[in-house]
Amino acid sequence: MNFPAQSKAFALLLSVGLVAGCSSTGGTSEDGGEYGSDVAAVDQEGGSTVYGGDDQDGVSSSSMTDQERMEAQEQAAQQALREITVFYFDFDTAEINQEARDVLVAHARFLANNPGQGVRVEGHADERGTKEYNLALGERRANAVQRFLIVNGASRGQIETVSYGEEKPAVMGSSESAWAQNRRVELVFE
Amino acid sequence: MTHRISNKRFRTFLIVFVLFFVAVSGARAELLIRITEGANAAIPVAVVPFAESGQVPAGDKVSTIVQSDLTMTGEFRTLPPGKMLSLPSRREEVYFRDWRLLGQRYVLVGALTRSGDRIEARFELFDVNREERILGETAAAPASNMRSLAHHISDKVYEAITGVPGAFSTKLAYVTLDNVTGKPRYRLQVSDVDGKRARIRLESQEPILSPAWSPDGKRLAYVSFETGKPVIFVHELASGKRTKVADFPGLNSAPAWSDDGQSLLMTLSKDGNAEIYRMDLGSRQLTKLTNHWAIDTEASWDADGSGIFLTSDRSGGPQIYHMERPGAEPRRITFGSRYNARPRPDDDGQFVYYVHQRDGAFHIARTELKTGEETILTRTGSDESPSVAPNGRMLIYATRQGGSNVLTVISADGGAAYSLPAAEGDVRDPAWGPLVR
Repeated sequence: MNFPAQSKAFALLLSVGLVAGCSSTGGTSEDGGEYGSDVAAVDQEGGSTVYGGDDQDGVSSSSMTDQERMEAQEQAAQQALREITVFYFDFDTAEINQEARDVLVAHARFLANNPGQGVRVEGHADERGTKEYNLALGERRANAVQRFLIVNGASRGQIETVSYGEEKPAVMGSSESAWAQNRRVELVFE
Repeated sequence: MTHRISNKRFRTFLIVFVLFFVAVSGARAELLIRITEGANAAIPVAVVPFAESGQVPAGDKVSTIVQSDLTMTGEFRTLPPGKMLSLPSRREEVYFRDWRLLGQRYVLVGALTRSGDRIEARFELFDVNREERILGETAAAPASNMRSLAHHISDKVYEAITGVPGAFSTKLAYVTLDNVTGKPRYRLQVSDVDGKRARIRLESQEPILSPAWSPDGKRLAYVSFETGKPVIFVHELASGKRTKVADFPGLNSAPAWSDDGQSLLMTLSKDGNAEIYRMDLGSRQLTKLTNHWAIDTEASWDADGSGIFLTSDRSGGPQIYHMERPGAEPRRITFGSRYNARPRPDDDGQFVYYVHQRDGAFHIARTELKTGEETILTRTGSDESPSVAPNGRMLIYATRQGGSNVLTVISADGGAAYSLPAAEGDVRDPAWGPLVR
């Protein structure tokens, strides 16, 4: 199954992880800072970034404390997670899967840190089954996400939920793949 | 029970009838009728073209419409006029031997007479084997309303042969979705049961669903997303006047009328979870009828009007339940599969119809309430929204056909009859209107 938005965001997440990995092992470059002249970006094509260069005598990380560096890394990782705003569900369930949990924690923290920010949680179902039951199922999914956000720091007043049931599919069609992409909750930040 | 009262009203209704047909909107978007299959045991009926005197409106002939009405039920097959040996218009002209030779069980003859701006129809139905007249009546309608006159004659013929009132004069409500331009257009429409004379009652860029007829056929309740969330409206058809009746936080959905037209069952989630409520339309007072962490929705009064069918997933997946009286502990009705939803009872309390999942496909099924015996009625696989005709003989539901959503009408025991695809786009959410005059 192909979920373009999600895979794009995960690729981004992966590259952040890669950067973090490089800097912590190499100790010569830091993401978010300036690269030394002897640290060359070898390949920046194709969406992934690979760094080369010698360890010796490179730019030190003295401009940032370890603490700051970790925070910056964490922030970038969180931001990458928050690129994901659509969460998928199994047929006739409202269970949030582990993958979605990590991402929703990032959204919840963001909401906690930005009390003025609102979010609309939209619940959807695939076309199978009955319209009214699907309306309630979409609401159950939206409520599950709302509860999860609140438990992780967001406040109730920031979140508005709505269910569209099966009325607004993301993908047209009656295939397993279309259904899987339509059983979802979408976060819409205002 | 409403439909029973309506039936009674229907039976005693005056021979000369006045038709009120108020066109709220001039816009038309007709459904195309496609007859899929006739039953093998179809009864042969000859509908002889009616004699005409005075100026009778051109266009579809009354006898042609009657013929098409009878054929589309799948219960009858009609003889093409070209095969008839004579075209009688009254008893003295009917030679039973000829009709017997043609294999006909019944012969309908009649005549149309202009009188002012009205057309009077005199019609007679004969049992060929017994050589007996089993129906002889007159009816009149404005000259502009030949379809209504024809549907009335069909109702009478149907009742004379089967003993059950015909439902040809009833209406359908449904929602079409036209997404050709990429800008969705949802249209709530009302048409004849053959898809003709469709009128748009509401148009919106946001979803409209779950239309439900008031017992007098004068109002529709439905769910509209026009304000960005599901809200229940009651829409008076004659005036076009709409009233927002339920706009609570969360879901406002699945409206169903009581027999007296005074209250609506509905699904609200204002307390955090989908529960069934009854709203008195006069006072807007709410009574909560279920209280469970599960989804409770799709309520509908039973045939007696004393108990309520509903969908609940309190057992882990959606199943049909029955509350003996409002607020009583729901008793589970369906056990045959993991997914059974959206119950719709028939009028005499014999069956409940619903959506049933089997082997990954969604069918319409029914359970006989006395025995608990379940029968799957459809062979199509994405079936939704069953709605029973007020005479209990037919059922309309939404399904997919060739990549778009269509409405299909079947006989209540599962024989295929006809489908009504939208001329353009999708059609869904059918609701069969009551028998009223």
